[in-house]
Amino acid sequence: MEAAILVLQDGTVLQGRAFGAPADAVFELVFNTSMSGYQEILSDPSYRGQGVLFTAPHIGNVGINLEDDESARPQVSALVINHLSPLVSNWRAALPLADWLAQQGVPGIADLDTRWLTRRLRDGGTQKAALSTRGTSPEKLMAMVNAWPGLDGRDMVREVTCQAPYDWPGDAGSAWVMAEGNASTSRIVAYDFGIKENILRHLAAGGARVTVVPAATPAREALAFHPDGVFLSNGPGDPSGLPYLVDIVRELLDSGVPLFGICLGHQLIGRALGAGTRRLAFGHHGGNHPVQHLPSGKVLITAQNHNYCVAPEDLDPAEVEITYKSLNDGSLEGFRLKRKPVLSVQFHPEAAPGPHDAHGIFREFFQMIDQVVCHA
Amino acid sequence: MPKRDDIHTILIPGSGAIVIGQAAEFDYSGTQALKALRAQGYRVVLVNSNPATIMTDPELAEATYIEPLTPHALEAIIRQERPDAMLPTVGGQTGLNLALALSRSGVLDKYGVRLIGADIRAIEAAEDRLLFRDTMKKASIPTPRGGAACSLAEAQALADEIGYPLLVRASFALGGTGAAWVWEPAGLPEAVGKAMAASPIGQAWIEESIQGWKEFELEVMRDRADNFAVICAIENLDPMGVHTGDSITVAPAQTLTDREYQVLRDLARRVLSTVGVETGGANVQFAVHPETGRAVVIEMNPRVSRSSALASKATGVPIAKLAALVAAGFTLDEIPNDITGRTTAAFEPSLDYTVVKIPRWAFEKFPGVDDRLGPQMKSVGEVMALGRTFPEALHKAVQSLEIGVDALDGSGPARGLPEKTEDLTTLAIPTADRLFRVYRAVGQGLSLESIQKASGYDLWFLAELQAIHQMQARLAAADPQEEQFPTLLRAAKRLGFTDSHLARLLGISEDAVRGLRKQLGILPTFQRVDTCAAEFEAQTPYLYSAYETEDEARPTGKPKVLILGGGPNRIGQGIEFDYCCCQAAFALQRLGYETVMLNCNPETVSTDYDTAARLYFEPLTFEHVLNVVERERPQGVIVQFGGQTPLNLAARLEAAGVPVLGTSPHAIQLSEDREEFAKLLRELDIPQPDNGIARSLEEARGVAAGLGYPVLVRPSFVLGGRAMALVESEARLAEFIQKAFEASPGQPLLIDKFMEDAFEIDVDALADGERVVIGAVMQHIEEAGVHSGDAACVLPPYKVSAYHQGIMREFTEQLGLALGVRGLLNVQFALKDEMVYVLEVNPRASRTVPYASKATGLNLAYVAAQVMAGCKLAELGVTEEPRVDGFFVKEAVLPFNKLPGSSVLLGPEMRSTGEVMGHAAHFGLAFAKSQIAAGESLPLAGAALISVNDYDKSAGLKIARDLQRMGFALLATPGTAAFFSKVGLPVQAVHKLGEASPHVVDLIRAGQVQMIVNTPLGPNAHQDGAEIRAAALAMGVPLLTTLSAAAAAVSAIRVLRQEELHYRSLQEHFS
Repeated sequence: MEAAILVLQDGTVLQGRAFGAPADAVFELVFNTSMSGYQEILSDPSYRGQGVLFTAPHIGNVGINLEDDESARPQVSALVINHLSPLVSNWRAALPLADWLAQQGVPGIADLDTRWLTRRLRDGGTQKAALSTRGTSPEKLMAMVNAWPGLDGRDMVREVTCQAPYDWPGDAGSAWVMAEGNASTSRIVAYDFGIKENILRHLAAGGARVTVVPAATPAREALAFHPDGVFLSNGPGDPSGLPYLVDIVRELLDSGVPLFGICLGHQLIGRALGAGTRRLAFGHHGGNHPVQHLPSGKVLITAQNHNYCVAPEDLDPAEVEITYKSLNDGSLEGFRLKRKPVLSVQFHPEAAPGPHDAHGIFREFFQMIDQVVCHA
Repeated sequence: MPKRDDIHTILIPGSGAIVIGQAAEFDYSGTQALKALRAQGYRVVLVNSNPATIMTDPELAEATYIEPLTPHALEAIIRQERPDAMLPTVGGQTGLNLALALSRSGVLDKYGVRLIGADIRAIEAAEDRLLFRDTMKKASIPTPRGGAACSLAEAQALADEIGYPLLVRASFALGGTGAAWVWEPAGLPEAVGKAMAASPIGQAWIEESIQGWKEFELEVMRDRADNFAVICAIENLDPMGVHTGDSITVAPAQTLTDREYQVLRDLARRVLSTVGVETGGANVQFAVHPETGRAVVIEMNPRVSRSSALASKATGVPIAKLAALVAAGFTLDEIPNDITGRTTAAFEPSLDYTVVKIPRWAFEKFPGVDDRLGPQMKSVGEVMALGRTFPEALHKAVQSLEIGVDALDGSGPARGLPEKTEDLTTLAIPTADRLFRVYRAVGQGLSLESIQKASGYDLWFLAELQAIHQMQARLAAADPQEEQFPTLLRAAKRLGFTDSHLARLLGISEDAVRGLRKQLGILPTFQRVDTCAAEFEAQTPYLYSAYETEDEARPTGKPKVLILGGGPNRIGQGIEFDYCCCQAAFALQRLGYETVMLNCNPETVSTDYDTAARLYFEPLTFEHVLNVVERERPQGVIVQFGGQTPLNLAARLEAAGVPVLGTSPHAIQLSEDREEFAKLLRELDIPQPDNGIARSLEEARGVAAGLGYPVLVRPSFVLGGRAMALVESEARLAEFIQKAFEASPGQPLLIDKFMEDAFEIDVDALADGERVVIGAVMQHIEEAGVHSGDAACVLPPYKVSAYHQGIMREFTEQLGLALGVRGLLNVQFALKDEMVYVLEVNPRASRTVPYASKATGLNLAYVAAQVMAGCKLAELGVTEEPRVDGFFVKEAVLPFNKLPGSSVLLGPEMRSTGEVMGHAAHFGLAFAKSQIAAGESLPLAGAALISVNDYDKSAGLKIARDLQRMGFALLATPGTAAFFSKVGLPVQAVHKLGEASPHVVDLIRAGQVQMIVNTPLGPNAHQDGAEIRAAALAMGVPLLTTLSAAAAAVSAIRVLRQEELHYRSLQEHFS
């Protein structure tokens, strides 16, 4: 059993058991309260730059399979857990979690009191932290933490976006995603700020031909694909560090093309509309977040993963209809534009992992496209 | 959407007596629903025949009817109370069945009563297997292949189509009654016959075998805005094939990926909307193939359930309360989350701990019963434990069971390991001890894969068992002096190893382990159940222990009292004791104390976070109780209300310096110790049946011979007459003596001269050290020899003179003062040949406390708790015995139909699971109501079969004559018939069992008998009696095995023929 050391920005030093890759990592530590779906979370590019603490005490039980990835590799910087499963038990499992992390260079620490750590993060806010699974001293790790600039104001999207446009071909996980409503025949351009593959699966399940483009693709190049709709993806980091993307989104807004944003995509739409974004104390990371659809009063249990949110007071009520708010803290969770075909949500309708309550929002996007096509 | 204002009065049926499959969880659920609806201003009318419930406390409803749960009674109550709505979903299957009956008979429409919580269409679709299957099929929801059959031919056709093995079940039956596996065509006719007989509509359901598949259950909630939330996903350790009530279960689910889990969640949602469950809680059960992942829906219950109670305790979400509120029109987002105080009920809990439930069986009480587990539930209670990880929770659950075991290998402080080695063939057989056998097999080094194949336990659980075993092996080889030992010890505590087990592994005493731990700073921390994995601060102190870094207990400095609960429900220690613990919490809260509850039974009201100010969900063991005491530092601990469980801890706790409130543990000890107690009675000059003390078989032989057979063997320190036996001859003495010593090791036995034909009387009283106030005097209807918990009982006595009652009151007072009782006191008397004898004294809560309290209107446990806290009875205004208006009859409910093969005769060992109460101005009517409530409707006409032993023949004659005068035809076995003929009674002689057909059992099975009086005597007669009882059970024919019960029944039939039953609420009764 190898020892692992985790140090927090506030000086806390914790010792646990190492697993995954022997490595040093420095990151922002967030906790996620999902009770299932660690594979999806670990491979979600939105976690780039972050270490994830799972509040669920048993991790690794079902191993890693070939269908549930949200990107080609684990994206998190480190994993902090209570109890690592001694073996893998699931009919779809291909390899153990620890082996996957080791292959991909991601370190993990187990046997920690994750509840206590969660309470620290909840009460004191998200912290910078460093983990070593190869014997680096706490002092050195502390120095790494202090030297690390953190995520605020930084462009993390560059690290995760694709290099060139491609058409989404579907994958092994596509069989798990059912179409919502009637098949569409539209063409959609999806901006990849760190896109989760389940979003692509959902767009494709709706019948669309989906072309994924790099984050910095100028609006006119995206529009040159003659898309029926443009999708703005989730992604890592602070939206305030991405002015070039805000400019692109503003152009897309001006073009009148039907637009759909999720998470970072949503925040960028907010910023393009002139609203600020602010950091939440410890973010929303989990699969049990209730949001209320304001027009109907209906509550959806959603998957969420964000540290920043759009400031609702900056949005012009004449232009923007707020459609969703968080029932936990009242924060803004989604809006539509009154005069433009624009749909934007902070939470993750594609789930993965999490409840499927919000799948219908993909259908809403397709309906919005259909209406625009009809009126054209 | 706010609450509905179109309804004002809501009728809520409870679930009636505690039976296997429908137990205390419905008191918990019902109580929550009552409180929630009343808080919203609704007028609530409750009907429940079970007096041992918190929900039937008259303060909890505007009108509380302790009346039979029959359509007749409900119609009358609807006529009287005119409710505009009925909430049938918190009263178990009983509640749903009543709703169906009242809807079908047009009563609901006639009186304008709307069903809330579930409509008829939904109940029908969920309860009728055929309709459910069809409904699922139409919605393309996957289910096992199967179909319904109303004849053997239909069943055979279906079986041929599906292939063997098959599961055969009874439609519309509770707790899996009548369910069986069928492996080959030859077994089909019997299984189908049984299922059709057990089904109220004569329908058998035949289904593809999904035995061995993984089993999951989702507890879900839906409101009228179609908001939907999964409260808890539960995974069964035992695979499909064992009834979920008999399975060890784990929450949250551990072996599903999110993809697979969300498939179940989506299906659950579709099942609810397809069936039409618009508002309320429900559970959906799934089977998942372990190798292909194929998921099928097994069943759905559109109501709160045993598992929803478990899920509530596991997550901190009060499912029944939410179900009641959404039924009243609220949407989930309008209901606050009490635990966080800042979020709403529209969310799904996230657990950062693991929960394990283990059922508690009572096979030791039912020799002859097949102890293999299957589709029919057999457990009588359950425990739940919380730990940060599965090993910790599993260990704590095992320790909570109180079966003398504190370790997964099945060993305990006074219990070694079985010698035999485990093999794979036996691991395939599910029994009460399979967990321990599987663990030992893991320890023997059998491959996890082979154990998985044999037992169906998922590999993941087996790997965790293996990790525990590795730790056990390291501990057994450890030296407490070595440097790494503290690390090892902490790791062991984190895996849930208990000090008493560590003591055995390390070869030191338990106290030494505790001392060592403290010295090393290895101390438990208490974590809060917060519904949200620490994302929000918890406002409610609902706690469990772990070995972590931060303690979240944050005890207050207020004066406080710790109440120790009763642990798992079992026969002899059931809901009555939980009732008393709750009363203690209410009373002490009223006196200004902060109340702290400690219990491990998820079915109970006491473990509702609403009942006491603080709740510790912990095993009731010395180690865990002392941990809580050391953290909370209470002014006092109440050990006298939770039954034998906390009493057994009392002496050790007192020795450890824990202040025990009320009657001293020494006095309790004195009354339990048969030898000491006999001495006290001699000093007070109170007669006791001739008796002697035995510490060995030899002594017992001598004592019994001196007394003369039959004798009654009574072990010390047991509840529910455990191992108590009536021994008729020396031939069987050795067997019973051995059992008695096993039940109470190291303690003396009392051997009584058995007093045939004596009457037994129970007296419940209150005492404060200066004064004794009689609460109630209750006469058993059965003669001595039947355990008081199994005997029917009437308050006030109907056949005991005022003179004798006076003597009993006097003796009670003497005993209460002599023992220095501060709190509750129960004395059992026998009356024979004009002499009053004391049989037992229990200076603690007794089983009759709730029944006596409901009948007299004097809340005995509530007053007693105040006395224990130092109040005097005079200060509390309790100085006189309450007057009783009319008659209150308690009847026991026995589980024989759930436990085929058990001997069905009553004796000194208690075997009933529950009780009901009937009340009326006339004894006969009160008795009739108690029988109806217990499920035995007395016939008003027809044929009565009488078979009495020689002692009973003269008294039997009077009963026969009364029946004949009322127009009953008389059937009798040859001896009895000859006796009746001699005096000119028209009687038809029928063959005894074993003689030519048609004999008595044939006649019963042919439906030609409407009532049976059978008082067997002698070994063969017992065997015959058992078969007669089995036939009577199967046919639902009332059977009376004692003449006094028969006489009471005759009296009941006489009044029932003359007048209609009337129903009266407690509030009206006491106004």
